[in-house]
Amino acid sequence: MTVSAQVPAPSQPVAAARPRLRWSEMSGLARREAIEGYLFLLPNIVAFFVFLAGPMLAAVYFAFTNYDLTWPPRFTFLENFQVMFTNDLFWQVFGQTFYWAFGMVPATIVLALGLALMINREMRGVLTYRLVYFIPHVTLSVAASIVWLWVYHPEVGFINLLLGYVGIDGPQWLLNRRTAMPALILMGWWKSIGFAMLIFLAGLQGIPAELYEAAVMDGANPRQRFWAITVPMLSPAIFFVMVTSIIGAFQGFDVFYLMTRGGPANVTTTMVLHIYNNGFLYLKMGFASAMAMVLFATIMIFTLGQWLYARNWVHGFAD
Amino acid sequence: MAVKQETLQPTRELQAVGQGGMSKSGAKRVGDIFTHLILAAGSIVMVGPFAWMLSSSFKTQYEIYKFPPTLIPESIQWINYLVVFEQTALGRYVGNSMFVSLSVTLGVLLTSSLAGYSFSRLNFPGRDKIFLMYLGTMMIPGAILLIPSFVLMRTFNWIDTYYALIVPGVVSAWGTFLMRQFMMSIPRELEDAAYIDGATRLRIYWTVILPVSKPVIATLAIFTFMGVWNELLWPVIILRSPEKFTLPMGLAKFQSRFPNRTPWHLIMAASTLSVLPILFLFMAGQKYYVQGIVTTGLKG
Repeated sequence: MTVSAQVPAPSQPVAAARPRLRWSEMSGLARREAIEGYLFLLPNIVAFFVFLAGPMLAAVYFAFTNYDLTWPPRFTFLENFQVMFTNDLFWQVFGQTFYWAFGMVPATIVLALGLALMINREMRGVLTYRLVYFIPHVTLSVAASIVWLWVYHPEVGFINLLLGYVGIDGPQWLLNRRTAMPALILMGWWKSIGFAMLIFLAGLQGIPAELYEAAVMDGANPRQRFWAITVPMLSPAIFFVMVTSIIGAFQGFDVFYLMTRGGPANVTTTMVLHIYNNGFLYLKMGFASAMAMVLFATIMIFTLGQWLYARNWVHGFAD
Repeated sequence: MAVKQETLQPTRELQAVGQGGMSKSGAKRVGDIFTHLILAAGSIVMVGPFAWMLSSSFKTQYEIYKFPPTLIPESIQWINYLVVFEQTALGRYVGNSMFVSLSVTLGVLLTSSLAGYSFSRLNFPGRDKIFLMYLGTMMIPGAILLIPSFVLMRTFNWIDTYYALIVPGVVSAWGTFLMRQFMMSIPRELEDAAYIDGATRLRIYWTVILPVSKPVIATLAIFTFMGVWNELLWPVIILRSPEKFTLPMGLAKFQSRFPNRTPWHLIMAASTLSVLPILFLFMAGQKYYVQGIVTTGLKG
């Protein structure tokens, strides 16, 4: 949903054709239209200021205070950031958030792309496969977490039962420092692959067949066709999935909260869970807000970075 | 931006290219079978956990721990479901979630369609600037607003009330964007005729624009409903009284009630029950759901 700034361009004949409006030069009828236009927007505008712009400013303000919900906030300048940046746990959590995001996103994209290519080729089952691979994405994260808690259960869990058959004594997946995060990442693939696949599938089906026909006539082999046609034509879809998935992954919360509570030894605590813990369990609202700012900045840097780099590889991105 | 329902149906030409543009050779057929096998294996991984959940929900507690595990229960234990309803307020949680999700969905549909109409069909100073600002807000990660939103709800005295779950959710920048994109594709003549007949803008919006916008309304409705239904973090922060819990919270609470010997059969029955409504909704509205993703993902 983030890639939308470029959207209005192609489909905006109505807006583009209109001259620029100035209140003093408008006729009575045009003024009436304008007033009605604002009235239709009113609910959104009010909500925008009350629930979005206001809280956004407050978030910045709180980040520089020691707000704890009980006493009025006192301005403490950069103290929160100082404490944060000299705190080992924060850096551990910060790193783990990257671990999670980069464990999740690239693999999901590659797997989903492979799946989409296969499903697109195997025409008969397209709708069924699409549904099947998409189901985990629409399931309640709580229900999914419960099922996976069980899949990873040391004694009765599915994975360790399978390992037992081949004589391996499986680890206590979610209770082991080394395996907890990889286990959650694996589950993350399962849950998010369908979303990426769906978009790739739609993208694949939007590639004009003539391109492939021409390439076949020029004697291009399947691999050449993949790199010269499929990848460039699919690049906007890949870009979209990449940007939204990174943003989503940096804000992961549900699985950590439900499955491990951030443990063992905090190895599965990520930024949002840490913000939640500090803000709502320890009531360190100011400190948590400062952390939210760092998260915000991180997400922004990544989004902008991808945006800037996009012109190098995303088809038709120049405008 | 018109909603094309055949978008996801493969075109015939592509199919031909997918097969190399010639008649199926032996190697091609082997490749097809191979692809099918991989996809089927993948499907098992995707659906496996659910199948296991369903199967376990019908087992006795004893059978759950049995080794080797059985896929088909020895005897179907419908009683698990009765026990779940008896021991938990699952029915209540479903009702709560239904109320909250429906309220937010209706609100979002109303505000987004009003704003979408204004952005797409009316002309006023600053319109496109305001719209750009809207698009910008879609980039703000929700997690950033957690603490100030909570503080705001506290100032309103809305903690532990459904107001906090419903009112802030009633406006959606993404929904407005979706509506606007769709409404721009509606021919002007449609509303001009009504306008000449002396209809007010509100009337045009209600009797001309909304009926034509049904597909995009369905898309937005499904997305919003499912989003609210699945939401965990915000209700966890806002709600205190167990009788107000939404389904995800209720389920999480039920699951954490048993620290030692977990009655997996009951938990699986509860999970199955909680997955069903959303699954049915998704299957019924799959077309619109996919359309929404494709609209934002590819044309956006």
